[in-house]
Amino acid sequence: MKKLINEVDNIVDEMLDGMVAAYPQYVKRLEGLEVLVRAGGSDGKVALISGGGSGHEPAHGGFVGKGMLDAAVAGAVFTSPTPDQVYEAIMAANGGKGVLLVIKNYTGDVMNFEMAADMAAEEGIEVEKVVVADDVAVEDSTWTTGRRGIAGTIFVHKLAGACAEAGGSLADVKRIAEKVIANVRSMGMAVDACTVPAVGKPSFDLAEDEIEIGIGIHGEPGTHREKISSVNEISDKLLTKILAEGIYNEGDEVAVMVNGMGGTPLMELMVANKHIHEVLAEKGIKVYRTIAGNYMTSLDMEGFSITLLKLDDELKACLDAPADTPAFVQF
Amino acid sequence: MSSRIYNCIAGISAKIEENKDFLTELDREIGDADHGVNMARGFHAVTEKLPQDSDDIGAALKKTGMTLLSKVGGASGPLYGTAYMEAAKIAAGKNEITAEEFGEMLAAAIAGIQKRGKAVRGEKTMLDALMPAYDAYMAAIGEGKDMAAGLDAAVEAAKEGIEFTKTIRATKGRASYLGDRSIGHQDPGATSATLTLETIRDFIRS
Repeated sequence: MKKLINEVDNIVDEMLDGMVAAYPQYVKRLEGLEVLVRAGGSDGKVALISGGGSGHEPAHGGFVGKGMLDAAVAGAVFTSPTPDQVYEAIMAANGGKGVLLVIKNYTGDVMNFEMAADMAAEEGIEVEKVVVADDVAVEDSTWTTGRRGIAGTIFVHKLAGACAEAGGSLADVKRIAEKVIANVRSMGMAVDACTVPAVGKPSFDLAEDEIEIGIGIHGEPGTHREKISSVNEISDKLLTKILAEGIYNEGDEVAVMVNGMGGTPLMELMVANKHIHEVLAEKGIKVYRTIAGNYMTSLDMEGFSITLLKLDDELKACLDAPADTPAFVQF
Repeated sequence: MSSRIYNCIAGISAKIEENKDFLTELDREIGDADHGVNMARGFHAVTEKLPQDSDDIGAALKKTGMTLLSKVGGASGPLYGTAYMEAAKIAAGKNEITAEEFGEMLAAAIAGIQKRGKAVRGEKTMLDALMPAYDAYMAAIGEGKDMAAGLDAAVEAAKEGIEFTKTIRATKGRASYLGDRSIGHQDPGATSATLTLETIRDFIRS
Protein backbone atom coordinates (compact mmCIF):
# COMPACT_ATOMS: atom_id res chain seq x y z
CA MET A 1 0.00 0.00 0.00
CA LYS A 2 1.28 3.44 -0.95
CA LYS A 3 -0.48 6.31 0.82
CA LEU A 4 0.37 9.86 1.79
CA ILE A 5 -0.11 9.34 5.50
CA ASN A 6 1.69 9.58 8.80
CA GLU A 7 0.19 7.32 11.47
CA VAL A 8 -2.82 5.37 10.22
CA ASP A 9 -4.65 6.09 13.47
CA ASN A 10 -4.22 9.86 13.11
CA ILE A 11 -5.61 10.33 9.61
CA VAL A 12 -9.04 11.65 10.54
CA ASP A 13 -7.68 13.92 13.25
CA GLU A 14 -5.01 15.39 10.97
CA MET A 15 -7.46 15.76 8.08
CA LEU A 16 -9.90 17.76 10.20
CA ASP A 17 -7.15 20.08 11.42
CA GLY A 18 -6.02 20.47 7.81
CA MET A 19 -9.57 21.37 6.77
CA VAL A 20 -9.76 24.07 9.43
CA ALA A 21 -6.33 25.40 8.43
CA ALA A 22 -7.45 25.62 4.80
CA TYR A 23 -10.93 27.03 5.39
CA PRO A 24 -11.00 28.97 8.68
CA GLN A 25 -13.53 31.38 7.16
CA TYR A 26 -15.98 28.46 6.82
CA VAL A 27 -15.36 25.92 9.55
CA LYS A 28 -14.06 25.41 13.04
CA ARG A 29 -13.51 22.22 14.95
CA LEU A 30 -15.20 21.40 18.24
CA GLU A 31 -12.42 21.00 20.78
CA GLY A 32 -11.37 17.37 21.20
CA LEU A 33 -14.10 16.09 18.86
CA GLU A 34 -14.30 14.94 15.26
CA VAL A 35 -16.90 17.58 14.48
CA LEU A 36 -16.74 20.59 12.16
CA VAL A 37 -19.26 23.40 12.64
CA ARG A 38 -19.73 26.72 10.86
CA ALA A 39 -17.09 29.24 11.85
CA GLY A 40 -19.79 31.86 12.38
CA GLY A 41 -22.21 29.60 14.23
CA SER A 42 -25.83 28.81 13.39
CA ASP A 43 -27.90 31.08 15.62
CA GLY A 44 -31.49 31.73 14.64
CA LYS A 45 -31.81 29.05 11.99
CA VAL A 46 -32.65 25.38 11.78
CA ALA A 47 -29.40 23.43 11.96
CA LEU A 48 -28.69 20.76 9.37
CA ILE A 49 -26.26 18.07 10.52
CA SER A 50 -24.79 15.27 8.46
CA GLY A 51 -21.87 12.94 8.76
CA GLY A 52 -20.69 9.40 8.47
CA GLY A 53 -17.46 7.57 8.13
CA SER A 54 -14.45 9.44 6.77
CA GLY A 55 -13.04 8.70 3.33
CA HIS A 56 -15.88 10.39 1.43
CA GLU A 57 -14.21 13.79 1.19
CA PRO A 58 -15.23 16.45 0.47
CA ALA A 59 -18.27 14.93 2.23
CA HIS A 60 -19.19 15.81 4.78
CA GLY A 61 -17.13 18.62 6.28
CA GLY A 62 -16.63 20.23 2.88
CA PHE A 63 -20.32 21.09 2.78
CA VAL A 64 -20.42 22.98 6.07
CA GLY A 65 -21.23 26.58 5.31
CA LYS A 66 -23.88 29.01 4.17
CA GLY A 67 -26.76 27.34 2.34
CA MET A 68 -25.79 23.78 3.23
CA LEU A 69 -24.71 22.13 6.50
CA ASP A 70 -24.26 23.53 9.98
CA ALA A 71 -22.17 20.65 11.29
CA ALA A 72 -20.52 17.51 9.99
CA VAL A 73 -19.49 14.57 12.16
CA ALA A 74 -16.56 12.47 10.98
CA GLY A 75 -16.19 8.84 12.01
CA ALA A 76 -13.18 6.61 11.41
CA VAL A 77 -12.64 5.69 7.76
CA PHE A 78 -15.89 4.15 6.45
CA THR A 79 -17.21 3.78 9.99
CA SER A 80 -20.19 5.66 11.35
CA PRO A 81 -19.34 8.23 14.02
CA THR A 82 -20.32 7.34 17.58
CA PRO A 83 -23.42 8.68 19.40
CA ASP A 84 -21.43 10.92 21.76
CA GLN A 85 -19.81 12.75 18.81
CA VAL A 86 -23.14 13.24 17.03
CA TYR A 87 -24.69 14.41 20.30
CA GLU A 88 -22.01 17.07 20.75
CA ALA A 89 -22.57 18.22 17.16
CA ILE A 90 -26.29 18.60 17.85
CA MET A 91 -25.68 20.58 21.04
CA ALA A 92 -23.13 22.86 19.34
CA ALA A 93 -25.03 23.49 16.11
CA ASN A 94 -28.46 23.94 17.64
CA GLY A 95 -29.34 27.57 16.99
CA GLY A 96 -32.63 27.48 18.86
CA LYS A 97 -34.88 26.49 15.97
CA GLY A 98 -34.27 22.75 16.01
CA VAL A 99 -31.96 20.31 14.31
CA LEU A 100 -32.39 18.04 11.29
CA LEU A 101 -30.10 15.02 11.03
CA VAL A 102 -29.40 13.82 7.49
CA ILE A 103 -28.54 10.11 7.78
CA LYS A 104 -27.47 7.79 5.02
CA ASN A 105 -29.20 4.43 5.19
CA TYR A 106 -26.59 2.18 6.75
CA THR A 107 -27.24 0.06 9.82
CA GLY A 108 -24.46 1.71 11.82
CA ASP A 109 -25.23 5.28 10.82
CA VAL A 110 -28.92 4.91 11.60
CA MET A 111 -28.22 3.34 15.03
CA ASN A 112 -25.58 5.87 16.09
CA PHE A 113 -27.48 8.95 14.90
CA GLU A 114 -30.74 7.69 16.44
CA MET A 115 -29.05 7.14 19.81
CA ALA A 116 -27.63 10.67 19.63
CA ALA A 117 -31.04 12.10 18.69
CA ASP A 118 -32.60 10.36 21.71
CA MET A 119 -29.89 11.78 23.99
CA ALA A 120 -30.42 15.32 22.65
CA ALA A 121 -34.20 15.03 22.84
CA GLU A 122 -33.83 14.17 26.52
CA GLU A 123 -32.05 17.52 26.90
CA GLY A 124 -35.07 19.25 25.36
CA ILE A 125 -33.58 19.84 21.90
CA GLU A 126 -35.99 19.53 19.00
CA VAL A 127 -34.38 16.92 16.72
CA GLU A 128 -35.79 15.43 13.54
CA LYS A 129 -34.13 13.02 11.14
CA VAL A 130 -34.34 11.92 7.54
CA VAL A 131 -32.75 8.82 6.03
CA VAL A 132 -31.40 8.97 2.47
CA ALA A 133 -31.70 5.72 0.48
CA ASP A 134 -31.07 6.61 -3.16
CA ASP A 135 -29.00 3.66 -4.42
CA VAL A 136 -31.05 1.70 -6.97
CA ALA A 137 -28.38 -1.02 -7.15
CA VAL A 138 -29.77 -2.43 -3.93
CA GLU A 139 -33.14 -4.12 -3.93
CA ASP A 140 -35.58 -2.46 -1.59
CA SER A 141 -37.70 -4.92 0.33
CA THR A 142 -38.91 -5.43 3.85
CA TRP A 143 -36.46 -8.33 4.10
CA THR A 144 -33.31 -6.28 3.63
CA THR A 145 -31.72 -3.29 5.29
CA GLY A 146 -33.05 -1.29 2.36
CA ARG A 147 -31.28 0.86 -0.13
CA ARG A 148 -28.02 2.60 0.70
CA GLY A 149 -27.63 6.34 0.90
CA ILE A 150 -24.99 7.52 -1.56
CA ALA A 151 -24.29 10.61 -3.70
CA GLY A 152 -27.94 11.76 -3.75
CA THR A 153 -27.27 12.87 -0.16
CA ILE A 154 -25.45 15.92 -1.55
CA PHE A 155 -28.70 17.14 -3.11
CA VAL A 156 -30.42 16.72 0.27
CA HIS A 157 -27.71 18.89 1.88
CA LYS A 158 -28.03 21.50 -0.85
CA LEU A 159 -31.82 21.82 -1.09
CA ALA A 160 -32.76 21.34 2.57
CA GLY A 161 -29.82 23.61 3.42
CA ALA A 162 -31.25 26.33 1.19
CA CYS A 163 -34.62 26.03 2.93
CA ALA A 164 -32.99 26.32 6.36
CA GLU A 165 -30.88 29.29 5.25
CA ALA A 166 -34.02 31.06 4.00
CA GLY A 167 -35.51 30.84 7.46
CA GLY A 168 -37.62 27.70 7.02
CA SER A 169 -39.00 26.02 10.12
CA LEU A 170 -37.80 22.57 11.16
CA ALA A 171 -40.96 21.10 9.62
CA ASP A 172 -40.31 22.99 6.33
CA VAL A 173 -36.69 21.86 6.16
CA LYS A 174 -37.63 18.27 6.88
CA ARG A 175 -40.37 18.36 4.23
CA ILE A 176 -37.92 19.60 1.57
CA ALA A 177 -35.39 16.94 2.60
CA GLU A 178 -38.04 14.23 2.29
CA LYS A 179 -39.20 15.58 -1.06
CA VAL A 180 -35.63 15.39 -2.36
CA ILE A 181 -35.25 11.87 -0.98
CA ALA A 182 -38.46 10.79 -2.73
CA ASN A 183 -37.24 12.17 -6.07
CA VAL A 184 -33.54 11.31 -6.07
CA ARG A 185 -31.97 8.06 -7.31
CA SER A 186 -28.34 7.05 -7.92
CA MET A 187 -26.21 4.18 -9.07
CA GLY A 188 -22.46 3.69 -9.11
CA MET A 189 -19.73 1.47 -10.49
CA ALA A 190 -16.03 0.88 -9.95
CA VAL A 191 -13.18 0.37 -12.37
CA ASP A 192 -10.97 -0.42 -9.40
CA ALA A 193 -11.46 -0.88 -5.66
CA CYS A 194 -10.29 1.45 -2.91
CA THR A 195 -7.80 0.72 -0.13
CA VAL A 196 -8.73 1.51 3.47
CA PRO A 197 -5.49 2.75 5.08
CA ALA A 198 -5.91 0.65 8.24
CA VAL A 199 -6.47 -2.47 6.15
CA GLY A 200 -3.70 -1.92 3.62
CA LYS A 201 -5.13 -3.81 0.67
CA PRO A 202 -7.93 -3.23 -1.87
CA SER A 203 -11.46 -3.81 -0.57
CA PHE A 204 -12.12 -6.24 -3.40
CA ASP A 205 -10.09 -7.75 -6.21
CA LEU A 206 -10.88 -7.11 -9.86
CA ALA A 207 -9.16 -8.64 -12.86
CA GLU A 208 -7.45 -6.29 -15.29
CA ASP A 209 -10.49 -6.25 -17.63
CA GLU A 210 -13.25 -6.41 -14.99
CA ILE A 211 -15.48 -3.73 -13.49
CA GLU A 212 -17.82 -3.87 -10.52
CA ILE A 213 -21.39 -2.63 -11.04
CA GLY A 214 -23.62 -1.38 -8.26
CA ILE A 215 -20.98 -0.52 -5.69
CA GLY A 216 -21.64 1.45 -2.54
CA ILE A 217 -19.37 4.13 -1.13
CA HIS A 218 -17.48 2.02 1.40
CA GLY A 219 -15.53 -0.30 -0.84
CA GLU A 220 -18.18 -2.97 -0.37
CA PRO A 221 -18.48 -5.12 -3.48
CA GLY A 222 -21.31 -4.32 -5.86
CA THR A 223 -24.18 -6.38 -7.19
CA HIS A 224 -22.15 -8.05 -9.91
CA ARG A 225 -18.99 -7.77 -11.98
CA GLU A 226 -18.53 -7.86 -15.72
CA LYS A 227 -16.03 -7.17 -18.50
CA ILE A 228 -15.21 -3.52 -18.99
CA SER A 229 -16.97 -1.73 -21.85
CA SER A 230 -17.04 1.86 -23.13
CA VAL A 231 -18.08 4.63 -20.75
CA ASN A 232 -21.16 5.22 -22.91
CA GLU A 233 -22.23 1.60 -22.48
CA ILE A 234 -21.50 1.68 -18.74
CA SER A 235 -23.43 4.94 -18.36
CA ASP A 236 -26.36 3.39 -20.26
CA LYS A 237 -26.46 0.50 -17.80
CA LEU A 238 -26.52 2.79 -14.77
CA LEU A 239 -29.06 5.14 -16.36
CA THR A 240 -31.33 2.29 -17.46
CA LYS A 241 -31.58 1.06 -13.88
CA ILE A 242 -32.26 4.58 -12.58
CA LEU A 243 -34.85 5.34 -15.26
CA ALA A 244 -36.58 2.00 -14.59
CA GLU A 245 -37.72 3.54 -11.30
CA GLY A 246 -40.39 5.32 -13.35
CA ILE A 247 -39.77 8.65 -11.60
CA TYR A 248 -38.18 10.45 -14.56
CA ASN A 249 -40.43 10.70 -17.60
CA GLU A 250 -40.72 12.63 -20.82
CA GLY A 251 -41.28 16.30 -20.12
CA ASP A 252 -39.77 16.16 -16.64
CA GLU A 253 -36.96 18.42 -15.52
CA VAL A 254 -34.04 16.96 -13.58
CA ALA A 255 -30.80 17.88 -11.90
CA VAL A 256 -27.92 15.57 -12.78
CA MET A 257 -24.93 14.72 -10.65
CA VAL A 258 -21.97 12.88 -12.15
CA ASN A 259 -19.97 12.00 -9.08
CA GLY A 260 -16.39 10.78 -9.07
CA MET A 261 -15.44 8.09 -6.55
CA GLY A 262 -12.10 9.73 -5.79
CA GLY A 263 -9.63 8.18 -8.22
CA THR A 264 -11.27 8.99 -11.54
CA PRO A 265 -10.05 11.91 -13.66
CA LEU A 266 -12.57 14.71 -14.24
CA MET A 267 -11.89 14.18 -17.94
CA GLU A 268 -13.62 10.81 -17.75
CA LEU A 269 -16.52 12.22 -15.72
CA MET A 270 -17.10 14.83 -18.42
CA VAL A 271 -17.07 12.18 -21.14
CA ALA A 272 -19.73 10.29 -19.18
CA ASN A 273 -21.68 13.50 -18.67
CA LYS A 274 -21.77 14.24 -22.41
CA HIS A 275 -23.43 10.90 -23.04
CA ILE A 276 -25.80 11.17 -20.08
CA HIS A 277 -27.09 14.49 -21.47
CA GLU A 278 -27.58 12.95 -24.90
CA VAL A 279 -29.52 9.99 -23.53
CA LEU A 280 -31.75 12.21 -21.38
CA ALA A 281 -32.40 14.53 -24.36
CA GLU A 282 -33.44 11.54 -26.47
CA LYS A 283 -35.93 10.59 -23.79
CA GLY A 284 -37.31 14.11 -23.61
CA ILE A 285 -36.05 14.67 -20.07
CA LYS A 286 -34.76 18.22 -19.64
CA VAL A 287 -31.58 18.77 -17.64
CA TYR A 288 -32.08 21.89 -15.51
CA ARG A 289 -28.68 21.89 -13.82
CA THR A 290 -25.64 19.58 -13.71
CA ILE A 291 -23.07 19.04 -11.02
CA ALA A 292 -20.01 17.04 -12.07
CA GLY A 293 -16.99 16.33 -9.89
CA ASN A 294 -15.87 14.57 -6.73
CA TYR A 295 -18.57 15.09 -4.07
CA MET A 296 -19.19 11.77 -2.34
CA THR A 297 -16.04 9.78 -2.80
CA SER A 298 -14.77 6.42 -1.67
CA LEU A 299 -11.10 7.10 -0.91
CA ASP A 300 -9.04 6.24 -4.01
CA MET A 301 -11.71 4.17 -5.73
CA GLU A 302 -11.81 4.56 -9.50
CA GLY A 303 -15.34 4.83 -10.76
CA PHE A 304 -18.35 7.09 -10.71
CA SER A 305 -22.01 7.32 -9.92
CA ILE A 306 -24.92 8.95 -11.69
CA THR A 307 -27.67 10.72 -9.74
CA LEU A 308 -30.94 12.14 -11.04
CA LEU A 309 -33.22 14.44 -9.06
CA LYS A 310 -36.67 15.28 -10.42
CA LEU A 311 -37.45 18.95 -9.90
CA ASP A 312 -40.54 21.09 -9.46
CA ASP A 313 -40.62 24.86 -8.95
CA GLU A 314 -40.07 24.58 -5.21
CA LEU A 315 -37.06 22.29 -5.55
CA LYS A 316 -35.64 24.42 -8.38
CA ALA A 317 -35.69 27.47 -6.12
CA CYS A 318 -33.81 25.53 -3.43
CA LEU A 319 -31.30 24.24 -5.99
CA ASP A 320 -30.73 27.73 -7.41
CA ALA A 321 -30.22 29.39 -4.01
CA PRO A 322 -26.68 30.52 -3.24
CA ALA A 323 -24.33 28.27 -1.29
CA ASP A 324 -20.89 29.06 0.06
CA THR A 325 -18.96 26.12 1.49
CA PRO A 326 -15.43 24.77 1.06
CA ALA A 327 -16.51 22.22 -1.57
CA PHE A 328 -19.57 23.78 -3.13
CA VAL A 329 -19.88 27.44 -4.07
CA GLN A 330 -22.76 28.84 -6.07
CA PHE A 331 -23.74 32.48 -6.48
CA MET B 1 -3.18 -7.37 41.70
CA SER B 2 -5.78 -6.93 39.03
CA SER B 3 -9.32 -8.17 39.60
CA ARG B 4 -10.85 -11.23 37.95
CA ILE B 5 -13.35 -9.22 35.92
CA TYR B 6 -10.54 -6.96 34.67
CA ASN B 7 -8.51 -10.00 33.64
CA CYS B 8 -11.50 -11.53 31.88
CA ILE B 9 -12.22 -8.38 29.85
CA ALA B 10 -8.51 -7.88 29.17
CA GLY B 11 -8.55 -11.46 27.87
CA ILE B 12 -11.39 -10.64 25.48
CA SER B 13 -9.46 -7.59 24.36
CA ALA B 14 -6.33 -9.68 23.70
CA LYS B 15 -8.38 -12.26 21.79
CA ILE B 16 -9.89 -9.56 19.57
CA GLU B 17 -6.48 -8.02 18.95
CA GLU B 18 -5.07 -11.44 18.08
CA ASN B 19 -7.90 -12.00 15.57
CA LYS B 20 -8.02 -8.42 14.27
CA ASP B 21 -6.80 -9.26 10.77
CA PHE B 22 -8.92 -12.40 10.58
CA LEU B 23 -12.12 -10.50 11.47
CA THR B 24 -11.25 -7.72 9.05
CA GLU B 25 -10.61 -10.25 6.30
CA LEU B 26 -14.02 -11.84 6.89
CA ASP B 27 -15.59 -8.39 6.72
CA ARG B 28 -13.66 -7.61 3.57
CA GLU B 29 -15.42 -10.48 1.83
CA ILE B 30 -18.98 -9.39 2.56
CA GLY B 31 -18.82 -6.03 4.28
CA ASP B 32 -16.54 -3.05 4.46
CA ALA B 33 -13.34 -4.54 5.81
CA ASP B 34 -13.24 -2.87 9.20
CA HIS B 35 -14.74 -5.20 11.83
CA GLY B 36 -11.43 -6.31 13.34
CA VAL B 37 -9.90 -2.85 13.18
CA ASN B 38 -12.91 -1.22 14.87
CA MET B 39 -13.32 -3.86 17.59
CA ALA B 40 -9.59 -3.79 18.38
CA ARG B 41 -9.66 0.02 18.66
CA GLY B 42 -12.64 -0.20 21.01
CA PHE B 43 -11.18 -2.87 23.27
CA HIS B 44 -7.82 -1.12 23.38
CA ALA B 45 -9.65 1.87 24.85
CA VAL B 46 -11.54 -0.42 27.25
CA THR B 47 -8.35 -1.84 28.74
CA GLU B 48 -7.01 1.69 29.17
CA LYS B 49 -10.13 2.99 30.91
CA LEU B 50 -11.11 0.03 33.04
CA PRO B 51 -9.91 0.20 36.67
CA GLN B 52 -7.65 -2.81 37.23
CA ASP B 53 -8.36 -3.34 40.92
CA SER B 54 -12.15 -3.04 41.12
CA ASP B 55 -14.01 -6.35 41.30
CA ASP B 56 -17.45 -4.80 40.75
CA ILE B 57 -18.56 -6.84 37.74
CA GLY B 58 -21.57 -4.66 36.90
CA ALA B 59 -19.49 -1.48 36.94
CA ALA B 60 -16.78 -3.06 34.79
CA LEU B 61 -19.26 -4.28 32.19
CA LYS B 62 -21.02 -0.91 32.13
CA LYS B 63 -17.73 0.88 31.57
CA THR B 64 -16.86 -1.62 28.84
CA GLY B 65 -20.19 -1.04 27.09
CA MET B 66 -19.97 2.74 27.28
CA THR B 67 -16.40 2.72 25.99
CA LEU B 68 -17.25 0.45 23.07
CA LEU B 69 -20.20 2.71 22.28
CA SER B 70 -17.97 5.76 22.07
CA LYS B 71 -14.95 4.16 20.40
CA VAL B 72 -16.03 1.46 17.96
CA GLY B 73 -18.53 3.23 15.72
CA GLY B 74 -20.28 1.50 12.83
CA ALA B 75 -22.95 -1.02 13.74
CA SER B 76 -20.73 -3.05 16.06
CA GLY B 77 -20.29 -0.14 18.49
CA PRO B 78 -23.96 0.32 19.39
CA LEU B 79 -24.60 -3.45 19.28
CA TYR B 80 -21.72 -4.62 21.49
CA GLY B 81 -22.03 -1.48 23.62
CA THR B 82 -25.69 -2.26 24.26
CA ALA B 83 -24.94 -5.94 24.93
CA TYR B 84 -22.38 -5.17 27.65
CA MET B 85 -24.53 -2.45 29.21
CA GLU B 86 -27.58 -4.72 29.37
CA ALA B 87 -25.52 -7.55 30.91
CA ALA B 88 -24.14 -4.99 33.38
CA LYS B 89 -27.65 -4.32 34.72
CA ILE B 90 -28.00 -7.96 35.80
CA ALA B 91 -24.52 -7.91 37.37
CA ALA B 92 -24.95 -4.54 39.12
CA GLY B 93 -23.12 -4.46 42.45
CA LYS B 94 -22.01 -8.09 42.20
CA ASN B 95 -18.48 -9.41 42.75
CA GLU B 96 -19.38 -12.93 41.74
CA ILE B 97 -21.73 -14.43 39.20
CA THR B 98 -23.60 -17.70 39.51
CA ALA B 99 -24.25 -19.98 36.54
CA GLU B 100 -27.90 -18.88 36.55
CA GLU B 101 -26.96 -15.20 36.65
CA PHE B 102 -24.62 -15.64 33.71
CA GLY B 103 -27.56 -17.08 31.77
CA GLU B 104 -29.62 -14.02 32.65
CA MET B 105 -26.77 -11.74 31.54
CA LEU B 106 -26.51 -13.52 28.22
CA ALA B 107 -30.28 -13.26 27.74
CA ALA B 108 -30.20 -9.54 28.55
CA ALA B 109 -27.32 -8.94 26.14
CA ILE B 110 -29.13 -10.78 23.34
CA ALA B 111 -32.37 -8.89 23.98
CA GLY B 112 -30.44 -5.62 23.82
CA ILE B 113 -28.82 -6.54 20.52
CA GLN B 114 -32.18 -7.59 19.05
CA LYS B 115 -33.81 -4.34 20.09
CA ARG B 116 -30.98 -2.09 18.88
CA GLY B 117 -30.37 -3.97 15.63
CA LYS B 118 -34.03 -4.78 14.94
CA ALA B 119 -32.83 -8.25 13.96
CA VAL B 120 -33.97 -11.80 14.56
CA ARG B 121 -32.23 -15.16 14.31
CA GLY B 122 -31.38 -16.31 10.79
CA GLU B 123 -30.35 -12.96 9.30
CA LYS B 124 -26.61 -13.73 9.25
CA THR B 125 -25.65 -11.66 12.28
CA MET B 126 -24.02 -12.18 15.68
CA LEU B 127 -27.41 -13.40 16.89
CA ASP B 128 -26.90 -16.61 14.90
CA ALA B 129 -24.00 -17.43 17.21
CA LEU B 130 -25.33 -15.96 20.44
CA MET B 131 -28.87 -17.32 20.42
CA PRO B 132 -27.98 -20.99 19.92
CA ALA B 133 -25.16 -20.47 22.44
CA TYR B 134 -27.69 -19.23 24.99
CA ASP B 135 -30.02 -22.16 24.32
CA ALA B 136 -27.18 -24.67 24.71
CA TYR B 137 -25.96 -22.94 27.88
CA MET B 138 -29.39 -23.01 29.50
CA ALA B 139 -29.93 -26.65 28.53
CA ALA B 140 -26.61 -27.62 30.13
CA ILE B 141 -27.33 -25.64 33.28
CA GLY B 142 -30.80 -27.21 33.38
CA GLU B 143 -29.12 -30.61 33.48
CA GLY B 144 -27.24 -29.49 36.55
CA LYS B 145 -23.92 -28.75 34.85
CA ASP B 146 -21.69 -25.95 36.11
CA MET B 147 -20.86 -22.65 34.39
CA ALA B 148 -17.72 -23.97 32.69
CA ALA B 149 -19.56 -26.98 31.22
CA GLY B 150 -22.41 -24.68 30.21
CA LEU B 151 -19.93 -22.44 28.42
CA ASP B 152 -18.42 -25.46 26.68
CA ALA B 153 -21.85 -26.22 25.26
CA ALA B 154 -22.39 -22.54 24.42
CA VAL B 155 -19.10 -22.26 22.52
CA GLU B 156 -19.84 -25.43 20.53
CA ALA B 157 -23.29 -24.12 19.62
CA ALA B 158 -21.85 -20.72 18.67
CA LYS B 159 -19.31 -22.38 16.38
CA GLU B 160 -22.12 -24.33 14.73
CA GLY B 161 -23.90 -20.99 14.45
CA ILE B 162 -20.94 -19.58 12.54
CA GLU B 163 -21.13 -22.55 10.14
CA PHE B 164 -24.84 -21.88 9.75
CA THR B 165 -24.16 -18.25 8.77
CA LYS B 166 -22.19 -19.55 5.79
CA THR B 167 -25.31 -21.19 4.42
CA ILE B 168 -27.66 -18.21 4.56
CA ARG B 169 -28.14 -14.90 2.83
CA ALA B 170 -27.62 -11.74 4.89
CA THR B 171 -30.72 -9.62 5.42
CA LYS B 172 -29.22 -7.18 7.94
CA GLY B 173 -26.14 -4.98 7.81
CA ARG B 174 -23.93 -4.15 4.87
CA ALA B 175 -23.65 -7.79 3.78
CA SER B 176 -27.35 -7.64 2.88
CA TYR B 177 -26.48 -5.44 -0.13
CA LEU B 178 -24.76 -8.44 -1.68
CA GLY B 179 -27.92 -10.53 -1.76
CA ASP B 180 -27.09 -14.12 -2.69
CA ARG B 181 -23.41 -13.25 -3.00
CA SER B 182 -23.22 -13.21 0.80
CA ILE B 183 -23.90 -16.98 0.87
CA GLY B 184 -20.78 -19.08 1.46
CA HIS B 185 -19.16 -16.52 3.75
CA GLN B 186 -19.22 -16.63 7.54
CA ASP B 187 -20.51 -13.62 9.41
CA PRO B 188 -17.79 -11.50 11.06
CA GLY B 189 -20.11 -10.46 13.92
CA ALA B 190 -21.04 -14.06 14.70
CA THR B 191 -17.32 -14.80 14.69
CA SER B 192 -16.35 -12.03 17.12
CA ALA B 193 -19.25 -13.03 19.38
CA THR B 194 -17.99 -16.63 19.41
CA LEU B 195 -14.43 -15.49 20.18
CA THR B 196 -15.87 -13.57 23.14
CA LEU B 197 -17.68 -16.62 24.51
CA GLU B 198 -14.60 -18.75 23.95
CA THR B 199 -12.45 -16.33 25.94
CA ILE B 200 -14.93 -16.28 28.82
CA ARG B 201 -15.01 -20.10 28.79
CA ASP B 202 -11.23 -20.35 28.83
CA PHE B 203 -11.08 -17.77 31.61
CA ILE B 204 -13.60 -19.66 33.76
CA ARG B 205 -11.71 -22.92 33.12
CA SER B 206 -8.31 -21.43 34.01
